[in-house]
Amino acid sequence: MTEVSVAKQDVAATDELVVLKSVNKHFGALHVLQDIDLTIARGEVVVVIGPSGSGKSTLCRTINRLETIDSGTISIDGKPLPHEGRALARLRADVGMVFQSFNLFAHKTVLENVMLGQIKVRKADKKQAEEKARALLDRVGVGTQADKYPAQLSGGQQQRVAIARALAMGPKVMLFDEPTSALDPEMINEVLEVMQQLAREGMTMIVVTHEMGFARSAANRVVFMADGRIVEEAAPDQFFSNPRSDRAKDFLSKILHH
Amino acid sequence: MFDFLDKYDVLGAFWTTVQLTLLSAVGSLIWGTLLAAMRVGPVPLMRGFGTAYVNIVRNIPLTVIILFASLGLHDTLSITMGSDQVETANFRLAVLGLIVYTSAFVCEAIRAGINTVPVGQAEAARALGLNFTQVLFLVVLPQAFRAAVLPLANVLIALTKNTTVAAAIGVAEAALLMKKMVENEAQLLPISAVIAFGFCCLTLPTGLILGWVSKKVAVKR
Ligand SMILES: Nc1ncnc2c1ncn2[C@@H]1O[C@H](COP(=O)(O)OP(=O)(O)OP(=O)(O)O)[C@@H](O)[C@H]1O
Ligand SMILES: [Mg+2]
Repeated sequence: MTEVSVAKQDVAATDELVVLKSVNKHFGALHVLQDIDLTIARGEVVVVIGPSGSGKSTLCRTINRLETIDSGTISIDGKPLPHEGRALARLRADVGMVFQSFNLFAHKTVLENVMLGQIKVRKADKKQAEEKARALLDRVGVGTQADKYPAQLSGGQQQRVAIARALAMGPKVMLFDEPTSALDPEMINEVLEVMQQLAREGMTMIVVTHEMGFARSAANRVVFMADGRIVEEAAPDQFFSNPRSDRAKDFLSKILHH
Repeated sequence: MFDFLDKYDVLGAFWTTVQLTLLSAVGSLIWGTLLAAMRVGPVPLMRGFGTAYVNIVRNIPLTVIILFASLGLHDTLSITMGSDQVETANFRLAVLGLIVYTSAFVCEAIRAGINTVPVGQAEAARALGLNFTQVLFLVVLPQAFRAAVLPLANVLIALTKNTTVAAAIGVAEAALLMKKMVENEAQLLPISAVIAFGFCCLTLPTGLILGWVSKKVAVKR
């Protein structure tokens, strides 16, 4: 009896982590998100792909409410997104975000960047925070850079620090908005490898990227967006080799030729 | 030529100038920072207050503010700033007036500094779960101050010179002494030279030191 209920809870818990229902958003007259329905299961890795201006970044940013929405609902781990205040801050701590332009705190060292949220949001003590920060920096391969300032690091190193900074909060889900598109080609792989490892370890990830290698090897699902809508959702292999919609075919033919 | 100096306490008068400057500087740095925080904050009422304050105060002549402090607050409303002595009360009223006035310029210098901080910095901080005050005081303002050192140095230099307005309500600082000396001695040029030299001794190092500090603390991006 108990076993059954435990198993059941397990199922419920491993089920839906991020749920968007009929989400709409406008920027003035521009309808950037149109009736978005998207469910991401715990441990799932979803790659969001689509032409420029299709609303991928906006979608990402609504999930931790860096952008507000006009209608619809978004919930994380069964709880609807709070509108503001302490509850929102707590939710944001559970949702890690990695930006295209890294956005490391420029006036703090790499180590301090990874410690700040732990101390100020998670109220960890300094010693523990530092230990965790150093361990995470080692894990993403920049342990030796801990005492440098962000500007002294290469783009690839900065982005890996940014990933460590987000992981330090112990997030339930990680959002990546084109994490490699500001990087020189030779640094893209070092970041993708860290992300791949995260995916293997079971982190729930929503990744906006055009890196098809990553999508094929790490993603459970590809979501294709165009003009503010989700046009197609499919397993990576199926999506890349056999897209159903014309928009996706058109888009893929363009990025494949580059 | 400079023997009149023996009869007057020039150093003492400049010491009062320095005290006026330092106290007002600290006060206006604090109040000006709070005003800047209000102006960039999410609360419309506070934003409105900050904007109105800056736009009104920086358009009123400092002399009017200082005279109001003395004639209005002290003489009419009997606000003595915790002192029965007229000199002490006037000194404190002058500091109050200077803070009220200078903080508007401090606020604008800091706001210009805030504008040099890329929005991504605040977004990353919010994404970690920091609240508005934490984002402002832990991430945005520390970077804004570093970018604002030079504009703030200019405000400080202006403040140093503005302390002379306190002479209008009888605070015994350098300009009041100059007035007394000019009235008593027939040596306008040397007297002016001494006072001008005194102010340069205060303001030139301020500019040089803060210029150096500004380079030293600049945030590398
Ligand atoms: N803050 C804003 N104010 C007004 N319009 C905006 C804002 N942010 C984005 N937009 C517009 O919304 C649309 C969707 O933008 P979004 O950044 O989500 O697209 P994207 O799919 O991420 O594109 P890209 O691949 O270029 O990053 C675009 O047309 C963009 O110009
Ligand atoms: Mg984008």
